[in-house]
Amino acid sequence: MLKYIGKRVLYILLSLWLIVTATFFLMRFAPGNPFTSEKRLPAQIEANLKAHYGLDQPWYVQYGEYLVKIAQWDFGPSFKYKSQTVNQLIADGFQVSAILGLMAIFIALAVGVILGTIAALRHNKWQDYGAMIIAVAGISVPSFIMATVLQYVFALQLGIFPVARWESFMHTVLPALALASTPTAFIARLTRSSMLEVLSNDYIKTAKAKGLSQSAITVRHTIRNAMLPVVSYIGPLAASIITGSFVIEKIFGIPGLGSSFVLSIGNRDYTVIMGVTVFYSIILLLCVLLVDILYVLIDPRIKLTGRKESA
Amino acid sequence: MEPMLQDKFKLAGIKHQDADNVSRSGLSFWQDVMTRFYKNKLAMIGLVLLIGLVFMAIFGPHMTGHDYRTNNLSQKNLAPSAEHWFGTDDLGRDVFTRTWEGARISLLIGVSAALIDLLIGVIWGGIAAYRGGRTDEVMMRFADVLYGVPYLLLAILFMVVLGQSLTTMILAMTITGWINMARIVRGEVLSLKNREYILAARTLGAGMSRIMRKHLIPNTMGPILVTMTLTVPTAIFTESFLSYLGLGLSPPLASWGTMASDGLPAIKYYPWRLFFPAAFICLTIFAFNVIGDGLRDALDPKLRK
Repeated sequence: MLKYIGKRVLYILLSLWLIVTATFFLMRFAPGNPFTSEKRLPAQIEANLKAHYGLDQPWYVQYGEYLVKIAQWDFGPSFKYKSQTVNQLIADGFQVSAILGLMAIFIALAVGVILGTIAALRHNKWQDYGAMIIAVAGISVPSFIMATVLQYVFALQLGIFPVARWESFMHTVLPALALASTPTAFIARLTRSSMLEVLSNDYIKTAKAKGLSQSAITVRHTIRNAMLPVVSYIGPLAASIITGSFVIEKIFGIPGLGSSFVLSIGNRDYTVIMGVTVFYSIILLLCVLLVDILYVLIDPRIKLTGRKESA
Repeated sequence: MEPMLQDKFKLAGIKHQDADNVSRSGLSFWQDVMTRFYKNKLAMIGLVLLIGLVFMAIFGPHMTGHDYRTNNLSQKNLAPSAEHWFGTDDLGRDVFTRTWEGARISLLIGVSAALIDLLIGVIWGGIAAYRGGRTDEVMMRFADVLYGVPYLLLAILFMVVLGQSLTTMILAMTITGWINMARIVRGEVLSLKNREYILAARTLGAGMSRIMRKHLIPNTMGPILVTMTLTVPTAIFTESFLSYLGLGLSPPLASWGTMASDGLPAIKYYPWRLFFPAAFICLTIFAFNVIGDGLRDALDPKLRK
């Protein structure tokens, strides 16, 4: 188990190094620099600014320093907002984004599993078709369109929820729903197909023959075994929530990390772009690791040595 | 008892050697798949939608006589009418023409992303599985490391750095997109190359080219086709997503993402400017998804009844 986790961590570090290196070199080749503005700075001031941020050093020195700083969890200062560091920006924004993201994950898991379970138990009946139509619609409608539609209908037309901003619980409902829509649909489909597979097993027949109630069979035997594919979806789920948050936070005017990332893209604020990319990559890779570990813990049939290697 | 006379019996017509004859023409693998595919109602809806979309992408921009890029400030933000079927945008451009111009771009991006993924994926996965051993190990480990890189974040970086053009966008999508295809091809070839029927074919004297043509390619084609079909909606989604963030194609090019993004601020007063591009993004993604699902179900031998 430890050896397996060690190996996974090694891969994650390699991926991370690749991401850090890629962001570093991409940003070096980027056109324009953060000091480009309508007013051209005097040459001396620009040189001083560059010296201040270490941009006058040769690339390998900058690269080495960047790697060391990231290892120390220091993403440097923001180029655009002189008084702020990227660490601060991430800390402030992520508080909001994490709440929104966790709400969306909760909605997606709860609604998705319930929809999928109903569809599987009422296989080929109207409940099944209804749930699957919802799921196909959820997959086909991108989250930013869902967000706009929700905002238009429930905030602008009906006035049930506030249009934008981040102040009370009511403000969180629409963005969380919009963010959850696509993952909910995926989870519903996953749950349904894996439930159907589990339901065809002999031990379900045995459970029925023992005289167990339908609910006991569903809860104790079916859902537990059908949850494996859902667990493996946690990685893509996190990715979908994080990238979804970029547009959702922009649409609903939420002061989270997603919207400050989008803002920094517009501002060409390179240290923020790099920092947030690396930060989100770490979260995503940790989610993948979590899934791998959870899988082994939940399913005793999986060998610890990992994929395809039978040794 | 009267002796049996040969001439009292007549052969009814069946000859011994006929017993092995096949009376109906056989179904090839793909005929079988297509029969099952055609029975899938949702997939057929998707197919009809897709054909309609392709037709309109080809002929739509020429239907009304309006141009997708000419500004006409005296006719801005008009509601849908007989003159402008989908209304006009804030620069007086015809939304109908722009919508189908956008369909061309979306389909172009989707299809080229899928084709590039196919090319790299089949070569990479094929070589890894064929050579096996150390080559396989190194190639797939490289893919594993690259697979950890978050796809959309990298696409955003690419668009920021390399500039907002169609080529950059397709490059950004395929830089990690091929890995999925490579894994699938590798897995398929690995499991197929040691199967008994390949051995049997070889024993019967079939050459490498016949084994490739008759056995390996047809049997990997299914999963490849499904993966390609499902790559297209992802690419279309990514395009609209990037455009929505302001990282899309630059004007006057019309893509659904940029049109939706332009229409967003005016949603309260001119909802059609957002409605049409958004609706077609959803319809296209829907069409490709259900076709992909339908193909996968049709190809899955477990579902055969």
